Amino acid sequence: VPDAPGLELIRGEIEGDHPGAVLDTSFDRGQAVLVVDPEQVLAVLGWLRDAPGQEYTFLSSLHVADYLPATPRFGVHYELLNRDRVERLRVKAMLSDPTAGLPEIDSCVSLFPTAEFQEREAYDFFGIVFRGHPDLTRILLPEDYVGWPQRRDFPVGGEPVTFTYNERAYG
Amino acid sequence: MQDRQLRARDMLRGDLEGEELERYVEERVVMTNLDKMLNWGRANSIFPLTFGLACCAIEAPISLVTARYDIARFGAEALRASPRQADMIILSGRVSIKMAPVVRRLYDQMLEPKWSMAMGACSSSAGMFSNYAVVQGADKFMPVDIYVPGCPPRPEAVLYGFTKLQRKIMGNPDPGWRRRYNAEGTEEWARGGPASTPSAVEAEAYERARELIGA
Repeated sequence: VPDAPGLELIRGEIEGDHPGAVLDTSFDRGQAVLVVDPEQVLAVLGWLRDAPGQEYTFLSSLHVADYLPATPRFGVHYELLNRDRVERLRVKAMLSDPTAGLPEIDSCVSLFPTAEFQEREAYDFFGIVFRGHPDLTRILLPEDYVGWPQRRDFPVGGEPVTFTYNERAYG
Repeated sequence: MQDRQLRARDMLRGDLEGEELERYVEERVVMTNLDKMLNWGRANSIFPLTFGLACCAIEAPISLVTARYDIARFGAEALRASPRQADMIILSGRVSIKMAPVVRRLYDQMLEPKWSMAMGACSSSAGMFSNYAVVQGADKFMPVDIYVPGCPPRPEAVLYGFTKLQRKIMGNPDPGWRRRYNAEGTEEWARGGPASTPSAVEAEAYERARELIGA
Protein backbone atom coordinates (compact mmCIF):
# COMPACT_ATOMS: atom_id res chain seq x y z
CA VAL A 1 0.00 0.00 0.00
CA PRO A 2 1.33 3.44 -0.77
CA ASP A 3 1.46 5.41 2.45
CA ALA A 4 -0.39 8.70 2.87
CA PRO A 5 2.39 10.91 1.40
CA GLY A 6 2.86 8.38 -1.41
CA LEU A 7 -0.85 8.63 -2.17
CA GLU A 8 -0.56 12.42 -2.39
CA LEU A 9 2.40 12.00 -4.75
CA ILE A 10 0.31 9.76 -6.99
CA ARG A 11 -2.46 12.32 -6.90
CA GLY A 12 -0.07 15.05 -7.89
CA GLU A 13 1.32 13.07 -10.78
CA ILE A 14 -2.18 12.26 -12.09
CA GLU A 15 -3.09 15.93 -11.69
CA GLY A 16 -0.22 16.76 -14.05
CA ASP A 17 -1.34 14.36 -16.76
CA HIS A 18 -5.12 14.49 -16.30
CA PRO A 19 -6.10 17.72 -14.58
CA GLY A 20 -9.22 17.48 -12.46
CA ALA A 21 -9.41 13.70 -12.63
CA VAL A 22 -8.77 13.06 -8.94
CA LEU A 23 -11.39 14.67 -6.76
CA ASP A 24 -10.26 13.48 -3.37
CA THR A 25 -8.00 11.05 -1.56
CA SER A 26 -8.39 9.21 1.66
CA PHE A 27 -6.01 7.09 3.70
CA ASP A 28 -7.85 5.20 6.37
CA ARG A 29 -6.92 2.03 8.28
CA GLY A 30 -4.00 1.42 5.94
CA GLN A 31 -6.09 1.63 2.82
CA ALA A 32 -5.33 4.16 0.12
CA VAL A 33 -8.25 5.47 -1.90
CA LEU A 34 -8.36 7.77 -4.88
CA VAL A 35 -11.78 9.30 -5.47
CA VAL A 36 -11.93 10.13 -9.16
CA ASP A 37 -14.22 11.88 -11.59
CA PRO A 38 -16.41 9.17 -13.19
CA GLU A 39 -15.93 10.74 -16.62
CA GLN A 40 -12.16 10.29 -16.37
CA VAL A 41 -12.00 6.96 -14.61
CA LEU A 42 -10.57 5.20 -17.68
CA ALA A 43 -7.79 7.75 -17.98
CA VAL A 44 -6.84 7.29 -14.32
CA LEU A 45 -6.98 3.50 -14.46
CA GLY A 46 -4.94 3.48 -17.65
CA TRP A 47 -2.40 5.82 -16.12
CA LEU A 48 -2.09 3.70 -12.97
CA ARG A 49 -1.66 0.59 -15.10
CA ASP A 50 0.91 1.95 -17.56
CA ALA A 51 2.82 4.81 -15.95
CA PRO A 52 6.41 3.87 -15.14
CA GLY A 53 6.85 3.38 -11.40
CA GLN A 54 3.13 2.71 -10.84
CA GLU A 55 2.23 -0.41 -12.82
CA TYR A 56 -0.90 -1.44 -11.00
CA THR A 57 -1.43 -4.10 -13.63
CA PHE A 58 -3.90 -6.32 -11.78
CA LEU A 59 -7.54 -5.48 -11.15
CA SER A 60 -8.26 -7.76 -8.22
CA SER A 61 -11.87 -6.71 -7.81
CA LEU A 62 -14.48 -4.41 -9.24
CA HIS A 63 -17.53 -3.84 -7.16
CA VAL A 64 -20.24 -1.36 -6.41
CA ALA A 65 -21.66 -0.10 -3.13
CA ASP A 66 -24.87 1.80 -2.58
CA TYR A 67 -24.34 4.66 -0.15
CA LEU A 68 -27.98 5.71 0.09
CA PRO A 69 -28.97 8.25 1.46
CA ALA A 70 -25.64 9.93 0.61
CA THR A 71 -25.27 11.77 -2.67
CA PRO A 72 -23.78 10.87 -5.05
CA ARG A 73 -25.25 7.53 -4.32
CA PHE A 74 -23.28 4.73 -6.00
CA GLY A 75 -19.59 4.04 -5.54
CA VAL A 76 -17.84 1.98 -8.20
CA HIS A 77 -14.73 0.54 -6.59
CA TYR A 78 -11.69 -0.66 -8.50
CA GLU A 79 -9.24 -2.60 -6.37
CA LEU A 80 -5.85 -2.39 -8.05
CA LEU A 81 -2.81 -4.44 -7.17
CA ASN A 82 0.84 -4.14 -8.06
CA ARG A 83 2.08 -7.68 -7.87
CA ASP A 84 5.79 -6.80 -7.72
CA ARG A 85 5.56 -4.50 -4.73
CA VAL A 86 2.35 -6.11 -3.40
CA GLU A 87 0.77 -2.70 -3.14
CA ARG A 88 -2.95 -2.18 -3.24
CA LEU A 89 -4.75 0.95 -4.34
CA ARG A 90 -8.46 1.57 -4.48
CA VAL A 91 -9.97 3.81 -7.10
CA LYS A 92 -13.46 4.97 -6.38
CA ALA A 93 -15.86 6.70 -8.74
CA MET A 94 -19.03 8.10 -7.24
CA LEU A 95 -22.11 8.07 -9.45
CA SER A 96 -25.32 9.91 -8.75
CA ASP A 97 -28.70 8.34 -9.41
CA PRO A 98 -30.26 10.01 -12.47
CA THR A 99 -33.95 10.87 -12.26
CA ALA A 100 -34.60 8.82 -15.41
CA GLY A 101 -32.65 5.82 -16.57
CA LEU A 102 -29.65 4.18 -14.99
CA PRO A 103 -26.32 5.58 -13.81
CA GLU A 104 -23.61 5.20 -16.42
CA ILE A 105 -19.83 4.88 -16.38
CA ASP A 106 -17.20 3.82 -18.91
CA SER A 107 -16.39 0.15 -19.04
CA CYS A 108 -12.79 -0.77 -18.25
CA VAL A 109 -12.84 -4.10 -20.09
CA SER A 110 -10.45 -2.63 -22.65
CA LEU A 111 -7.90 -2.09 -19.85
CA PHE A 112 -8.62 -5.11 -17.67
CA PRO A 113 -10.37 -8.02 -19.43
CA THR A 114 -11.20 -9.55 -16.05
CA ALA A 115 -13.66 -6.73 -15.51
CA GLU A 116 -16.09 -8.20 -18.02
CA PHE A 117 -17.89 -10.56 -15.64
CA GLN A 118 -17.50 -8.24 -12.66
CA GLU A 119 -19.12 -5.37 -14.52
CA ARG A 120 -21.93 -7.68 -15.53
CA GLU A 121 -22.40 -8.57 -11.86
CA ALA A 122 -22.46 -4.90 -10.91
CA TYR A 123 -25.03 -4.29 -13.63
CA ASP A 124 -27.03 -7.29 -12.46
CA PHE A 125 -27.31 -6.21 -8.84
CA PHE A 126 -27.05 -2.41 -8.93
CA GLY A 127 -28.15 -1.43 -12.42
CA ILE A 128 -24.94 0.42 -13.25
CA VAL A 129 -24.57 0.68 -17.03
CA PHE A 130 -20.98 0.27 -18.20
CA ARG A 131 -20.63 2.07 -21.51
CA GLY A 132 -18.74 0.03 -24.10
CA HIS A 133 -19.08 -3.30 -22.34
CA PRO A 134 -19.13 -6.11 -24.94
CA ASP A 135 -22.10 -7.99 -23.45
CA LEU A 136 -23.86 -6.19 -20.66
CA THR A 137 -26.51 -8.70 -19.56
CA ARG A 138 -27.52 -10.22 -16.25
CA ILE A 139 -25.03 -12.79 -15.06
CA LEU A 140 -26.36 -14.33 -11.81
CA LEU A 141 -30.06 -13.54 -11.71
CA PRO A 142 -32.52 -14.89 -14.28
CA GLU A 143 -32.53 -12.97 -17.55
CA ASP A 144 -36.11 -11.80 -17.03
CA TYR A 145 -35.60 -10.53 -13.50
CA VAL A 146 -37.01 -7.09 -12.82
CA GLY A 147 -35.19 -4.69 -10.51
CA TRP A 148 -31.74 -4.19 -9.01
CA PRO A 149 -31.86 -6.19 -5.80
CA GLN A 150 -28.67 -5.08 -4.07
CA ARG A 151 -29.74 -1.46 -4.02
CA ARG A 152 -30.62 -0.31 -0.57
CA ASP A 153 -34.12 0.76 -1.51
CA PHE A 154 -34.95 -2.67 -2.95
CA PRO A 155 -37.30 -4.67 -0.73
CA VAL A 156 -35.67 -7.62 0.96
CA GLY A 157 -38.28 -9.98 -0.44
CA GLY A 158 -39.13 -13.42 0.77
CA GLU A 159 -41.92 -14.03 3.22
CA PRO A 160 -42.33 -12.71 6.75
CA VAL A 161 -41.51 -15.40 9.27
CA THR A 162 -44.07 -15.85 12.02
CA PHE A 163 -42.55 -16.97 15.27
CA THR A 164 -44.74 -17.69 18.25
CA TYR A 165 -42.73 -15.02 20.08
CA ASN A 166 -43.79 -12.36 17.57
CA GLU A 167 -47.41 -13.43 17.85
CA ARG A 168 -47.32 -13.17 21.63
CA ALA A 169 -45.51 -9.85 21.63
CA TYR A 170 -47.30 -8.06 18.79
CA GLY A 171 -50.57 -9.90 18.42
CA MET B 1 -31.56 -74.48 7.20
CA GLN B 2 -30.50 -77.77 5.71
CA ASP B 3 -33.82 -79.19 6.77
CA ARG B 4 -35.66 -76.50 4.81
CA GLN B 5 -33.60 -77.18 1.74
CA LEU B 6 -34.19 -80.91 2.01
CA ARG B 7 -37.91 -80.37 2.29
CA ALA B 8 -37.84 -78.04 -0.73
CA ARG B 9 -36.08 -80.79 -2.66
CA ASP B 10 -38.67 -83.29 -1.53
CA MET B 11 -41.47 -80.96 -2.60
CA LEU B 12 -39.98 -80.54 -6.05
CA ARG B 13 -39.61 -84.31 -6.37
CA GLY B 14 -43.26 -84.71 -5.38
CA ASP B 15 -42.43 -86.61 -2.21
CA LEU B 16 -44.33 -84.28 0.11
CA GLU B 17 -47.94 -85.18 0.61
CA GLY B 18 -50.88 -84.50 2.91
CA GLU B 19 -50.18 -82.66 6.13
CA GLU B 20 -46.50 -82.16 5.31
CA LEU B 21 -47.38 -80.46 2.04
CA GLU B 22 -49.94 -78.25 3.80
CA ARG B 23 -47.33 -77.12 6.31
CA TYR B 24 -44.80 -76.52 3.54
CA VAL B 25 -47.20 -74.26 1.67
CA GLU B 26 -48.15 -72.39 4.85
CA GLU B 27 -44.50 -71.68 5.59
CA ARG B 28 -43.44 -70.67 2.11
CA VAL B 29 -46.30 -68.83 0.49
CA VAL B 30 -47.50 -65.32 1.35
CA MET B 31 -50.83 -64.23 -0.02
CA THR B 32 -51.17 -60.61 -1.10
CA ASN B 33 -52.54 -58.65 -4.00
CA LEU B 34 -50.67 -57.25 -6.95
CA ASP B 35 -50.93 -53.61 -5.88
CA LYS B 36 -49.42 -54.31 -2.50
CA MET B 37 -46.63 -56.37 -3.98
CA LEU B 38 -45.89 -53.73 -6.57
CA ASN B 39 -45.78 -50.96 -3.98
CA TRP B 40 -43.61 -53.09 -1.72
CA GLY B 41 -41.21 -53.52 -4.60
CA ARG B 42 -41.29 -49.81 -5.44
CA ALA B 43 -40.69 -48.73 -1.87
CA ASN B 44 -37.68 -50.99 -1.50
CA SER B 45 -35.94 -50.31 -4.80
CA ILE B 46 -35.90 -46.55 -5.11
CA PHE B 47 -33.27 -45.03 -7.36
CA PRO B 48 -32.50 -41.51 -6.11
CA LEU B 49 -31.31 -38.91 -8.56
CA THR B 50 -27.66 -37.94 -8.26
CA PHE B 51 -28.42 -34.32 -7.68
CA GLY B 52 -27.22 -31.71 -5.25
CA LEU B 53 -28.32 -28.13 -4.80
CA ALA B 54 -26.26 -26.74 -1.95
CA CYS B 55 -24.58 -27.68 1.32
CA CYS B 56 -27.14 -30.39 2.14
CA ALA B 57 -25.78 -32.29 -0.84
CA ILE B 58 -22.77 -33.17 1.29
CA GLU B 59 -25.15 -34.96 3.64
CA ALA B 60 -27.64 -36.45 1.24
CA PRO B 61 -26.18 -38.24 -1.73
CA ILE B 62 -22.65 -38.33 -0.42
CA SER B 63 -22.71 -39.43 3.22
CA LEU B 64 -25.90 -41.48 2.88
CA VAL B 65 -24.26 -43.98 0.56
CA THR B 66 -21.15 -44.37 2.70
CA ALA B 67 -20.68 -47.42 4.88
CA ARG B 68 -21.51 -45.50 8.05
CA TYR B 69 -25.10 -44.67 7.10
CA ASP B 70 -25.55 -46.94 4.09
CA ILE B 71 -28.85 -46.20 2.41
CA ALA B 72 -28.42 -49.58 0.70
CA ARG B 73 -30.09 -51.02 3.80
CA PHE B 74 -33.31 -49.51 2.45
CA GLY B 75 -32.67 -50.42 -1.16
CA ALA B 76 -31.78 -46.96 -2.45
CA GLU B 77 -28.05 -47.22 -3.01
CA ALA B 78 -28.26 -47.03 -6.80
CA LEU B 79 -28.01 -43.32 -7.50
CA ARG B 80 -28.91 -42.49 -11.06
CA ALA B 81 -27.29 -39.70 -13.01
CA SER B 82 -30.26 -39.31 -15.32
CA PRO B 83 -33.76 -38.21 -14.31
CA ARG B 84 -35.15 -40.72 -16.76
CA GLN B 85 -33.90 -43.55 -14.56
CA ALA B 86 -34.56 -42.01 -11.16
CA ASP B 87 -37.57 -42.51 -8.89
CA MET B 88 -36.84 -39.90 -6.25
CA ILE B 89 -35.33 -36.44 -6.26
CA ILE B 90 -33.79 -35.12 -3.05
CA LEU B 91 -33.88 -31.34 -3.00
CA SER B 92 -30.72 -30.93 -1.01
CA GLY B 93 -30.44 -27.24 -0.33
CA ARG B 94 -31.89 -23.84 -1.17
CA VAL B 95 -33.49 -23.43 -4.58
CA SER B 96 -32.66 -20.08 -6.13
CA ILE B 97 -35.20 -18.55 -8.46
CA LYS B 98 -32.81 -19.15 -11.34
CA MET B 99 -32.49 -22.84 -10.45
CA ALA B 100 -36.21 -23.44 -9.92
CA PRO B 101 -37.12 -23.95 -13.60
CA VAL B 102 -34.21 -26.38 -13.92
CA VAL B 103 -35.34 -28.40 -10.90
CA ARG B 104 -38.88 -28.42 -12.15
CA ARG B 105 -37.70 -29.64 -15.54
CA LEU B 106 -35.71 -32.45 -13.92
CA TYR B 107 -38.77 -33.46 -11.95
CA ASP B 108 -40.93 -33.39 -15.07
CA GLN B 109 -38.42 -35.57 -16.88
CA MET B 110 -38.58 -38.28 -14.24
CA LEU B 111 -40.89 -41.15 -15.07
CA GLU B 112 -43.91 -41.99 -12.94
CA PRO B 113 -44.08 -43.20 -10.27
CA LYS B 114 -41.83 -40.55 -8.76
CA TRP B 115 -41.32 -38.96 -5.41
CA SER B 116 -39.51 -35.96 -4.04
CA MET B 117 -38.00 -35.13 -0.70
CA ALA B 118 -37.40 -31.57 0.49
CA MET B 119 -34.27 -32.00 2.56
CA GLY B 120 -33.40 -29.35 5.09
CA ALA B 121 -34.93 -26.05 6.08
CA CYS B 122 -34.04 -24.26 2.84
CA SER B 123 -35.90 -26.38 0.34
CA SER B 124 -38.80 -26.80 2.77
CA SER B 125 -39.32 -23.13 3.58
CA ALA B 126 -36.23 -21.18 2.37
CA GLY B 127 -34.77 -21.43 5.88
CA MET B 128 -32.75 -18.36 6.69
CA PHE B 129 -32.85 -17.10 3.09
CA SER B 130 -35.90 -14.90 3.30
CA ASN B 131 -34.81 -12.77 0.36
CA TYR B 132 -35.27 -11.89 -3.29
CA ALA B 133 -33.13 -14.68 -4.72
CA VAL B 134 -34.41 -17.87 -3.12
CA VAL B 135 -37.70 -19.65 -3.72
CA GLN B 136 -39.61 -19.66 -0.44
CA GLY B 137 -40.07 -23.41 -0.23
CA ALA B 138 -39.70 -25.87 -3.08
CA ASP B 139 -43.38 -26.80 -2.91
CA LYS B 140 -44.09 -23.45 -4.58
CA PHE B 141 -43.18 -24.92 -7.94
CA MET B 142 -43.30 -28.70 -7.63
CA PRO B 143 -44.99 -31.35 -5.50
CA VAL B 144 -43.03 -32.44 -2.44
CA ASP B 145 -43.82 -35.73 -0.73
CA ILE B 146 -41.82 -35.47 2.45
CA TYR B 147 -40.08 -32.69 4.32
CA VAL B 148 -37.04 -33.35 6.46
CA PRO B 149 -36.22 -30.44 8.77
CA GLY B 150 -32.73 -29.54 9.87
CA CYS B 151 -29.86 -27.35 8.78
CA PRO B 152 -28.58 -29.68 7.54
CA PRO B 153 -30.53 -32.69 8.76
CA ARG B 154 -28.46 -35.45 10.28
CA PRO B 155 -28.09 -38.41 7.93
CA GLU B 156 -30.18 -40.37 10.42
CA ALA B 157 -32.96 -37.81 9.97
CA VAL B 158 -32.82 -38.18 6.22
CA LEU B 159 -32.95 -41.95 6.58
CA TYR B 160 -35.91 -41.62 8.92
CA GLY B 161 -37.63 -39.40 6.38
CA PHE B 162 -36.80 -41.93 3.72
CA THR B 163 -38.40 -44.76 5.67
CA LYS B 164 -41.45 -42.53 6.15
CA LEU B 165 -41.54 -42.07 2.39
CA GLN B 166 -41.33 -45.83 1.94
CA ARG B 167 -44.30 -46.20 4.25
CA LYS B 168 -46.16 -43.63 2.19
CA ILE B 169 -45.37 -45.50 -1.02
CA MET B 170 -46.48 -48.81 0.44
CA GLY B 171 -49.65 -47.32 1.88
CA ASN B 172 -50.69 -45.45 -1.22
CA PRO B 173 -51.81 -47.68 -4.08
CA ASP B 174 -51.89 -44.76 -6.50
CA PRO B 175 -48.43 -43.44 -7.25
CA GLY B 176 -49.37 -40.70 -9.72
CA TRP B 177 -48.55 -37.36 -8.13
CA ARG B 178 -51.13 -35.49 -10.17
CA ARG B 179 -53.90 -37.53 -8.58
CA ARG B 180 -52.26 -37.31 -5.16
CA TYR B 181 -52.11 -33.52 -5.41
CA ASN B 182 -55.37 -33.01 -7.27
CA ALA B 183 -53.47 -31.65 -10.25
CA GLU B 184 -54.84 -33.63 -13.15
CA GLY B 185 -55.12 -31.58 -16.30
CA THR B 186 -51.98 -29.58 -15.58
CA GLU B 187 -49.82 -31.67 -17.90
CA GLU B 188 -47.81 -29.56 -20.25
CA TRP B 189 -49.54 -30.99 -23.30
CA ALA B 190 -52.99 -30.74 -21.74
CA ARG B 191 -52.82 -27.07 -20.83
CA GLY B 192 -51.40 -25.98 -24.16
CA GLY B 193 -47.77 -25.81 -23.14
CA PRO B 194 -44.77 -26.07 -25.47
CA ALA B 195 -45.30 -29.79 -26.02
CA SER B 196 -48.98 -29.42 -26.93
CA THR B 197 -48.65 -28.75 -30.64
CA PRO B 198 -47.54 -32.19 -31.85
CA SER B 199 -50.05 -34.01 -29.66
CA ALA B 200 -53.24 -31.99 -30.05
CA VAL B 201 -55.05 -35.24 -30.83
CA GLU B 202 -53.83 -36.72 -27.57
CA ALA B 203 -54.98 -33.65 -25.68
CA GLU B 204 -58.43 -34.01 -27.21
CA ALA B 205 -58.56 -37.68 -26.27
CA TYR B 206 -57.49 -36.73 -22.78
CA GLU B 207 -60.28 -34.20 -22.48
CA ARG B 208 -62.81 -36.80 -23.67
CA ALA B 209 -61.50 -39.33 -21.18
CA ARG B 210 -61.86 -36.79 -18.40
CA GLU B 211 -65.45 -36.14 -19.41
CA LEU B 212 -66.14 -39.87 -19.42
CA ILE B 213 -64.85 -40.40 -15.90
CA GLY B 214 -66.70 -37.31 -14.81
CA ALA B 215 -63.68 -35.35 -13.65
